[in-house]
Amino acid sequence: MIKSSFKMAFASVASNKLRSFLTMLGIIIGVVALVVLLSITNSATSTITDTISSISTNNITVTITDDKDKPLSLSDLDDIASLKNVAAVAPSAVSSGNIRNGSDTETIKLTGTTADYQSINGVELASGRFIRSADVDNHTNVAVINADTAIDILGCYNTSQAIGQSITIDGIPYTVIGVVKQSDNKVLSQASYEAYIPFTSLERLSTTVRDVTSFVIAPKSDAVSDLAQQEINSYLLSRFSNDSDAFTVVNMKVIADTLSKVTGVMSLMLGGIAAISLLVGGIGIMNIMLVSVTERTKEIGIRKAIGATEGSIMLQFLIESLVLCLIGAGIGLGISALIIAGINAFTDYTFWLDARVCVVASIFSIGIGLIFGFYPARKAARKDPIEALHYAG
Amino acid sequence: MDDNKMILLSDVSKIYHIGDDTVKALDHAKMYVDKGEFVSVIGPSGSGKSTLMNIVGCLDTATSGQYFLDGQEVADYSRNELARIRNRKIGFIFQDFNLLQKLSAYENVELPLIYQGLSPSKRKEQVEDALNAIGLWDRRDHRPNELSGGQKQRVAIARALATHPSLFLADEPTGNLDQKTGGMLLDIFHRLNEEGNTILLITHDPNVAKEASRSVKILDGHVSEAKDMSEIEEVV
Ligand SMILES: Nc1ncnc2c1ncn2[C@@H]1O[C@H](COP(=O)(O)OP(=O)(O)OP(=O)(O)O)[C@@H](O)[C@H]1O
Ligand SMILES: [Mg+2]
Repeated sequence: MIKSSFKMAFASVASNKLRSFLTMLGIIIGVVALVVLLSITNSATSTITDTISSISTNNITVTITDDKDKPLSLSDLDDIASLKNVAAVAPSAVSSGNIRNGSDTETIKLTGTTADYQSINGVELASGRFIRSADVDNHTNVAVINADTAIDILGCYNTSQAIGQSITIDGIPYTVIGVVKQSDNKVLSQASYEAYIPFTSLERLSTTVRDVTSFVIAPKSDAVSDLAQQEINSYLLSRFSNDSDAFTVVNMKVIADTLSKVTGVMSLMLGGIAAISLLVGGIGIMNIMLVSVTERTKEIGIRKAIGATEGSIMLQFLIESLVLCLIGAGIGLGISALIIAGINAFTDYTFWLDARVCVVASIFSIGIGLIFGFYPARKAARKDPIEALHYAG
Repeated sequence: MDDNKMILLSDVSKIYHIGDDTVKALDHAKMYVDKGEFVSVIGPSGSGKSTLMNIVGCLDTATSGQYFLDGQEVADYSRNELARIRNRKIGFIFQDFNLLQKLSAYENVELPLIYQGLSPSKRKEQVEDALNAIGLWDRRDHRPNELSGGQKQRVAIARALATHPSLFLADEPTGNLDQKTGGMLLDIFHRLNEEGNTILLITHDPNVAKEASRSVKILDGHVSEAKDMSEIEEVV
């Protein structure tokens, strides 16, 4: 019975191809909108979150903008490090210097810091070691350079060859003790030449770096990130006469959370818009099904006369609208795959067809077929057999 | 209750209300058809023939009175139960054939069997038998618009035949056909009747009515026995 109904439904859909296609168009467009938009946002979201987690562990960055003549020193950072939910603190003083590359002079980005910086910001080394406490205590002129610097300035394609070599920054020779692993993310390291040197060494080298005005903090765990932020806040408030404008505290975890909330809302919104277009497609289906029921009044009458129950007439029309929606959804999924493949082929982005979105779109289409097919199907089933039989249309 | 009656109408009335008017399409109709009988109903236009056919065919229910089909009273049945009776006990043959245009002859004949829920192999067997019986098996893949009027009506008869109904109910089956084709069709009815089938044939044509073994006349909703040929002829 069901099998015959499906056969009849396919025959009926196939018997008027243009109209069936126009009817499906709403569903096709709705499915394409849903699948393409959500696949793109989902792809983008996971790319963004991957990028964020690759930038840093969930650290907290503090910048002092007004030190009220009570500047922080390295020993003050030890106080902050001893706060209950804080694991480690390291200064992050940024400056720049000149290095020679053959006959040219290049600028190098210098970050003056201490040993804990490596673990707080998750700096990965390709070779050598990071700055140690002894280097900071002794104002040692050592540098951890990035791969570009090792390659361009020292000509060392194999990073381990750079260890022990000397580079001259602003006329002062620095011994290379480590090379940072090349980041996958080119966008995130704009400066092509970078080096980490002991904070105390930078204080001597630079004319501007005197006190600690910027530092990074690792909370004991991600879970206490908020608590750590509060502790730091109250420490700084008491230090800077309760002036909350004297400093800024940026918690990467909060930023990441906010960002994922934003993308979540965005995919919800786009999904909603696409779902509405699918719904409009459903109304199109209902419209055509109603026309079809009226046109086929005579057929319904004949079927009833030879013994079709209301249930079997209902089933026939429901299956027909279901078949319309399923074929529409199938075509929509195919077009979506083509569009995504097209975007990937002609742009630098890599998006992928989200399997969950495809399943949701299919289920949604089936639901629409059933919901919007229900009323026309019931109308067909309820027709009076005698009137239907004598319908001249 | 007489076991031998296929149809028994007892004081069946059908009253239509149109505004303040009431039309008695059937007025206390009494009639019967025995099993294996070939009975014709003759009456002029508007006399209530189609109304009678709708009630006998379980497409409609009477306003009052009792109707027994094959010994069972058709009353207070739900729409689904009526559909079931139409499907299994009645074989309709209409004036305008009422075949589904999109289906082949084979599929048209198969349709009521699908509604009976028969297995595909059983359906094939019954469709083949029915189409062979009216000599159209080799036209099974033709659609109605590829068939002549007479052939269409034979397919319609096959559709009724395939379900092995208790009663063949034909409303002006020859009305749209020329005399020769109509005669051929009546031969089929005779043959079906000889094979033991019960047939109720509705017509306004005395020559067609005469083909039956017994005739019933209907005038303004009143049903009565037609004793002889002259009575048949003066009805219309
Ligand atoms: N649905 C209806 N509503 C109101 N009146 C009706 C309805 N159906 C039939 N009638 C009336 O009942 C009477 C009998 O109609 P019926 O269709 O049974 O006649 P008939 O004998 O079949 O005529 P014909 O030979 O022209 O088909 C007519 O007066 C008709 O107007
Ligand atoms: Mg009539």
